[in-house]
This record gives sequence, C-alpha cells and structure tokens, in this order.
Amino acid sequence: MTRFGGGALGRVIRSGVGRRRVQTVVIAVATMMAVASAVVAGSLVVAANAPFDHAFAKQQGAHLTAQFDPAKASAAQLKATREQTGVTASAGPYPSTTIQPEDSEGRRMPKLTLVGRSDPKADVDDLDLRSGRWATKTGEIVLSESFAGPAFELGSTLRTSDTEGSSTLTVVGLALSVSKTADAWATPAQTRALASADNPLTSQMLYRFDSAGTDKQITDGRKTLAAAVPSGALLGSQSYLDTKRAADQGAAPTIPFLIAFGVLGIVMSVIIVGSVTSGAVGSSLRRIGILKAIGFTPREVVRAYVAQALIPAAVGIALGVVLGNLLAVPLLDDTEQAYGTASLTVAWWVDIVVPVAALVVVGAAALVPALRAGRLRTVEAIAVGRAPRTGRGQWAHRAAGRLPLPRAVTYGLASPFAHPVRTVAMLLAVAFGTIAATFAVGLTASLTAVGEAQDPEDRAAVTVFAGGPGPQPVEVEPGASAEGNSEAPPADPARIRAAVEAQESTASYYATTQEEDVSVAGVTGSVAISLYEGDSRPGNYEMITGHWIDGTGQVVVASGFLERTGTKVGDTVRVTHQGDTRTLRIVGEAFDTEDDGMRLHAGMANFPKAEPRTFLVEVKSGVSPADYAEKLAEVVRPLGGDAMANSPSEQDNFALILQSMAALLTLMLVSVAGLGVLNSVVIDTRERVHDLGVCKALGMSPRQTVGLVLASVAGIGVLGGLIGVPAGFALHSIVLPVMGHAAGTDLPPSVLDVYVPWQLVLLGLAGIAIAMLGALLPAGWAAKARTAVALRTE
Amino acid sequence: MTQVIQLEGVAKRYDSVGTPALGPLTLSVEKGEALAVTGPSGSGKSTLLNLVAGLDKPTEGTVSVGGRRLNDLSEHALARFRREQIGMVFQFFNLLDDLTVADNIQLPAQLTGTARRKTAARADELMEVLGIQKHARAYPGRLSGGERQRVAVARALVNRPALLLADEPTGALDTASGQDVRELLVDLHRGGQTIVLVTHDLALAEACASRTIHLVDGHLALDTRAEAVR
Repeated sequence: MTRFGGGALGRVIRSGVGRRRVQTVVIAVATMMAVASAVVAGSLVVAANAPFDHAFAKQQGAHLTAQFDPAKASAAQLKATREQTGVTASAGPYPSTTIQPEDSEGRRMPKLTLVGRSDPKADVDDLDLRSGRWATKTGEIVLSESFAGPAFELGSTLRTSDTEGSSTLTVVGLALSVSKTADAWATPAQTRALASADNPLTSQMLYRFDSAGTDKQITDGRKTLAAAVPSGALLGSQSYLDTKRAADQGAAPTIPFLIAFGVLGIVMSVIIVGSVTSGAVGSSLRRIGILKAIGFTPREVVRAYVAQALIPAAVGIALGVVLGNLLAVPLLDDTEQAYGTASLTVAWWVDIVVPVAALVVVGAAALVPALRAGRLRTVEAIAVGRAPRTGRGQWAHRAAGRLPLPRAVTYGLASPFAHPVRTVAMLLAVAFGTIAATFAVGLTASLTAVGEAQDPEDRAAVTVFAGGPGPQPVEVEPGASAEGNSEAPPADPARIRAAVEAQESTASYYATTQEEDVSVAGVTGSVAISLYEGDSRPGNYEMITGHWIDGTGQVVVASGFLERTGTKVGDTVRVTHQGDTRTLRIVGEAFDTEDDGMRLHAGMANFPKAEPRTFLVEVKSGVSPADYAEKLAEVVRPLGGDAMANSPSEQDNFALILQSMAALLTLMLVSVAGLGVLNSVVIDTRERVHDLGVCKALGMSPRQTVGLVLASVAGIGVLGGLIGVPAGFALHSIVLPVMGHAAGTDLPPSVLDVYVPWQLVLLGLAGIAIAMLGALLPAGWAAKARTAVALRTE
Repeated sequence: MTQVIQLEGVAKRYDSVGTPALGPLTLSVEKGEALAVTGPSGSGKSTLLNLVAGLDKPTEGTVSVGGRRLNDLSEHALARFRREQIGMVFQFFNLLDDLTVADNIQLPAQLTGTARRKTAARADELMEVLGIQKHARAYPGRLSGGERQRVAVARALVNRPALLLADEPTGALDTASGQDVRELLVDLHRGGQTIVLVTHDLALAEACASRTIHLVDGHLALDTRAEAVR
C-alpha cells in the first residue's frame, strides 16, 4: 500500500460514486433491470425444463394409482402391499367413488372421481391446496383446480346427482394433484355416504416404486401388487407415465417460447451490464490521469475504478434480484396455468447464480478499461480524457457533412463512430429489444390466428341443435368422460331442416354431426369424425395442405392422423361408420388439434346412416342473429331442438396466458434496451459536454442540441431495427413450427405468415423509438446545460 | 455613434450571499470600438464576456447588444442572437477535433441554415485572408497553436458578426503565434470590427484596443481610451 492507504482510496471511490450522480443512478437502474430480466428469464428457462417432472417430484407423485375392491381386499391387506418388492412408498387406502354432480344452475358436470382423504398431505400425492381449505366435515368438497371458474368458486354449491334426495356439497377448497389421482376430494365418511349401487365404493391406493421410468417397470409393479391381494381385488390402475405424456404434450408448446424469451433476456442483460460498466469506467480517463499525476499507483487506480463500478452495480443487482422475483411471480403463475402443474417458484440457485454472474460481468467489464487506464501514461490519460480525441469517426463526420440535412443532425449522425464498442453495445441493445417486440407481435398474431382457426362452427351467425336443449358450456377435465353431458332425445333432423328453410331471413346453412365411434383401417381403437351436409366451406378448417372437402369420396384429416398413420394427402383410407365402409381419398391436411389431431372430416353423403345434429346458419344482411335465433327457437323447441346466436369465439385461456407473458416480457426487454441506450447517451453526452458547449456558444439552439443528441442514436435505431426485425421474424418462423410440432400439429399459413408489410415497417421504427426514448432524457439535459459552465468543463 | 453594447447597472452573483462576481457595472461600447478588458484573476472579466455573449444572465441590471435586451430572450432566441450577432474566440480555441478546419469554420453558418455554397465560399475567403487555406482539409489536432487560433478567428467571423468577443486569445500561444494573432486583431479593428477583448496581456490590450477598462473585484477601476490604434 502506498502513502494514500485505504482511506484515500476509499475517499476517491466515494467521491467518484457521489460526483456522477446521474451516471451512478443510471448504472444502478440499468443493472437492476438487466438483473431482474435475467432472474425472470432464468426462472422461465428453469420452469421450461421438465415442468411435470419437477412438479411430480415436489408432490411425491403416485407412480401408480390403483383401485381395489374393498369387498375382496381389506384395508389391512391393502396397507400391507407397501411391503412388496419395489414399492418405496404408498398412501391409502382411501375410499373412492364416482359422482356426476349438478351445479347450482342445474347444469350437469362430467363424472368425477371422488376420493375420501382426511388430509391433503401424504407420503404419496402430497396435494397442493391452491385456495380455500381442506374438507373437514360432511357437506364439503374440494375440487381439482382445473374446475375453477365462474361456475365453481369457493363457496359454490353442487348437488351430487340429479336424483331426488341427493346431497348438496359446498366447495371449500381447490387443490391440485399432479398425478391426477382424483377430480374431487371429500372426507372419507362423505365419500362412503355418496357411494351407491351404480357408483360403488372402491379403495384407492397410491404407490411409488424404486424403478418407474418405463411402462414395463410400471406394469411389473402393477403385477406384483395384483399378486399380493386376493384375485380380482385390483379393479384398475393408472400409470403416471400416461399423465406425464399428456402433461408434457400440454406444456410442450410453451417451452420453445419461454426458452426464446429467456435466452433473449439473459444475452441482453449481459450486454447491457457489460456496456454500462465499461462505458462508465472508460469515460473517466481524465480523472484517472489526475489520480496518477498525484501519486496513485496503476493498481490503486484499477481498484478504485472497479470499485466505483461495483458499488452502484451491486445496489442495482440487489434491487434487481428483488424486482426479478416480484416480476417472476405473475409470469410463473401464468406458466403454472399453462403447464397445469404445482407451484412454480424462482429456483433458489437462480437467485444466487444471476447476481454472482452479474457481479462477475460488472467486474470484468470494469477491469478491462480500468487496466487500460492504469497502463496509460499519466499525460496520455489526462489528454485522452479531455474528449474523444482518438481520431476515430472523422471520416464519418466528413461523409455526414455532405448529407442534405441540418448540420446539427449530420453532426449527431456521425458521433457514434467515435466510440465503436459503445455503439455496438447500444446497437445490440436496440436490436435485441426490436427482436423481442417483433417476436411478441408475431406470437400474439399467431395465437390469435390459432384461436380463430379453431371451432370454425362458431363463425356461423346462428347454431341450431337437433339434440334437445342447447349444450351448456361445462369445463371438462382432460381425459374425463364426456358421457355426462346433457343429452335429450334427438329431434327429427328433417323437421329442423324444414324449420330453418322456412325462415325468411335464412341466407344459407349447412349441417354437421360429430361421430365418436368410427374405425379406420390400420388405426387401433375408434376415431372421431365430423360429417357435413351442404356447402360446408364457410365452416372449414384452416388448411395446411390440399383443400377442404368438396364432394363425396373425400376426407380431410389433421396432421396427427397423417403422422400416426404414415399417410399423406392423396392417399386413401378405409373408414367404417355404423357398418358402412367407404374408401375415402385424403384431399387435405387441416389445422385441427381436437381429439389429438385424429379427427376426420368428410361429407355426410358418404355414410347414409349419419344424420345431421347441428345446423349452422348464415342470416340475411341486416338481420340480427339474436332475433333470428329467438324466433327460430320458438319453432324448433317444440320439436326437441334449440337455436342460439353465436358470439365471437373467445380466445382460449392458454393463448391469453402466452399473450400476457409475451407482453410483459417484451415490455421488460424493451425497457432494458432503452436503459442501455440511456446510459450510453448519458456517458456520451458527458464526454461531449464541452463540445456541445462550444456548439451552443456558436449559436446552436436548444432544439438543435436535442436534434444533435437524438440524431446520434437515430442511425443506431435504424440499424437496430433493420437487424432486429428480420431476426425477430426469423425467430418467430423457427419457434412457431417447433411450438406447433410440440402440440402435435403442423401450422397453416394463416398462423405462420402473420406479419404484414406495414407492421414490419412499424416494428422497424420500434428500433428507432427505443433508441430515441433512451436518448430523450440526456438530450434534454444537454439542451438545458448552461453554456458557460459547459465551456469551463474539461 | 451607434452603441453596440449597453450595460445598465449589471451585477452577477453566483450565490445568494457574499459580494457579486461582477458589478454593479454600467458600460457602453460603440460600433467600431475595440475594448480591452483587463484585470487580475477573479476580477469578473470572463463573467462580463459571458453576459455580453448571452451565455449567462445578469442577476441585476440589463444587458443590451445591438439594441436587443438579452435579459428577456429565451434560450432559443439567445442562440439565434449569438449565431447572428456574435463571434467568439477562446483561449483554448475550442475547435471541434472531429471536424476539418473548413468544417469548423463553416459550422456557425451552417447552424443558421445558410446555403452550402455560400458558406463554403465565405469559409474559403476567410481561410485565404487568414493564411490557413492549405489546412482546409486538415484536422485541428495537426495544427500549431497559432494556426488553430486563426481557424477559431475565421469561425468567429464567418457570419459577419457585429461583435467579436475574444477571451484571452493569445493566452495559450507562444510568443510568435501570439504576435500573429495580435496583428490579426489589429487588422480586424482597422477594418471596422467591434471587438471586446478579455486579456491579462497589457501589451495585447495596448496594441489592439481603442479603449481599455480595468476590473478589480468586479468593479470598474479604470477606463482609458487610446488616441489611435497602432
């Protein structure tokens, strides 16, 4: 240590931090936003990594959910099964039955598996009680969180069946079982009380095995358990691998999206933190020269300047971690909903790795210019520090001076060339911000297009049902039986058709029916088919390849069908419907994700036994669909039918979640980009304050000064836009097909080609907007700076 | 004769307590006059120059230049005033190092929006007169101190200002270069240019100025007129 000792060094550091308050604040804020964005991005990337597996592990999920006959296996026998080879943990037996409740409006829900548990906590399937409390007495029920919605909130009531004397249960909680061991839970006594001859009582056991990675291992475990109880006692079982496959398929589309945003956020954070820090140290060369002139050693100079960068950065990093955790809460909540998994939180190691990495980046970014400054001869440091006297960018000033633009503007346009590294960092910040904005706009448009492409029947003005009262919207648990949906004896389609045709205001209509029990040669099990009568083009699905059905002998299939059957457009398939077998030619690949992409679409004329169940009607111009439907309903209700006007289809929850996540992430990344620009311009303006003072002394007006500073980032904004828009476009065209593929479908042009030229131009201007917004504040400061003071500034 | 500068009871304080840095001072400068402002450091010379240039505003009194009260002008109007009425020469030249000599000289004219051809012609004319034509495409960093100050003078004159303000124009120059600049200022004064020259150099004041004021602690201590400029 020299004669300056720690005290002098400390004073230099403190004064350096305090003297440049604006820059200190900007470093702290930019670092804070960058670290916050890195925490959020890191958390999303972590959340995207095997979300089901993490949630399953957290809940000690059940590898096998088994239902036993209590008449054949006693509770003691079932408890003893945990001693079987390979079983590492078990829970149960829990009484279990099936109910088909009605809500308070009388709408029937699908059949629910009700399990009697006195506690959500268990060694296996440790449930997450997401809201409310656990059922502790008769008359209370806890529903699976997937049923949450306006119809079923805490405090709602439901009747256990539509029969007289059925019990009324109050929803007291909403819970989540990652293993999907039940749809609802009540006390064991309540569950036993609800069992009946039609819905007998069973005993549910939940098991974890030491080896459960493959279907064979689960099957082996099941066999062991079956052998351990009396013959016929094991009624059925469910492997977690099936649940995992379904969950992974549901989560898969979000993973590329989250990784794209996460990587963008992390890369951008590194760039911003690095450029902010190195810029701050690099702009202090003159002060470094003075310190050396009065006796500081190069090492002390380096320590002083690395510390000066680390102090505001450390404050920013600490605040950034807090902000990142706060921002991550709603995003992870959205992710949970998208994944349907248990509570996602910011991984503890993200809160450690991100700040440590940020400190390393700050330290490294500060060290390089500080070492350079430390090595500079004192005279050089003082001389270099007066202004950017490197000679760089003089050619740019010569070239810009020839442009037919105001001199203040051309002067500003050439300025970035004096600091190429700082300019590149600023350019990358703007480009990344533009990439994020472009990608988010494209993603939002694509998700909207996906929403519009689904349920094409909703495009019709009025839907007329031939199957009794119109179906009420009921949330159906994925995989749950739809048998419970309200079904009345079907009306005579011919009379319904006649009623539709008799309406003066009918412009056109087509009819359709959905059949679930169709077999296709080469496909195991039954597949669903939509059959159409009349001109069904108004209700066609978006086509990925080929065309919509326009005659008999044709079938349109979804991507999943082509993939699973190894067929392609132009091939033929043998389809059997109610004993009638037809060979149909595949004429198109439709964007249809229903029924796992296995649904077929064909003309009703191919299958004489098929009858229309729904009529989709277009009304004449000027006619209110609601009035039309009301009038028609009066005619068809006595026939057993119903009519209702369609409201524009709402976007599904999943799309809305992704859209809100994209908006929030984009806002964050664009803010970080703007702060990066702000910091660079603050440094640049500080360095140029003397030159700006000279210009103002020569007659440059405040407006021209603002123009000069803004022009100094305009080129960067334009270039950032030119880089960012195609890169965002490319990212969209890479990520979307991956998302589609993960969801088991190809995507039609309407989903992929979502950008329109004017939109791309506007997005290109977003680069300029980011740069301008970032520069606006320092431009204002430069314009307001007192000229006499600026002229004295060295 | 026409008064170019009129100061009425002008005072400037940089803080609310203590004595003012300048004034109260009443002073007028007539057209064609070359006024040298001398005095020790901290006497208020640069403050006076800043007030006349419209770079600073007085705490008390009024400053009028070319018949315009500067106190009332907005920042934008002051900028226009400076570019149209004032030419400034600084001790350390204050040339923009990333612009060529020709571009530096043209800059004030370009800020007024003067046509490029006219601006270039005026810059050529000044470079010719000041003997720096051969450096037109050079950058200031490659010139000697005297050459840089000639560039600064050319830049100050490009808009044909009514008033040339020079703040220690020879202060950073060697003897020979200082002599060059001194002769340049004498020539300009002879040509009818109104000049306000702030200097420590009494020889420069004697050589260039038709009138000299001496400031001490912000107050006018002496006001003398030379019989003729040598």
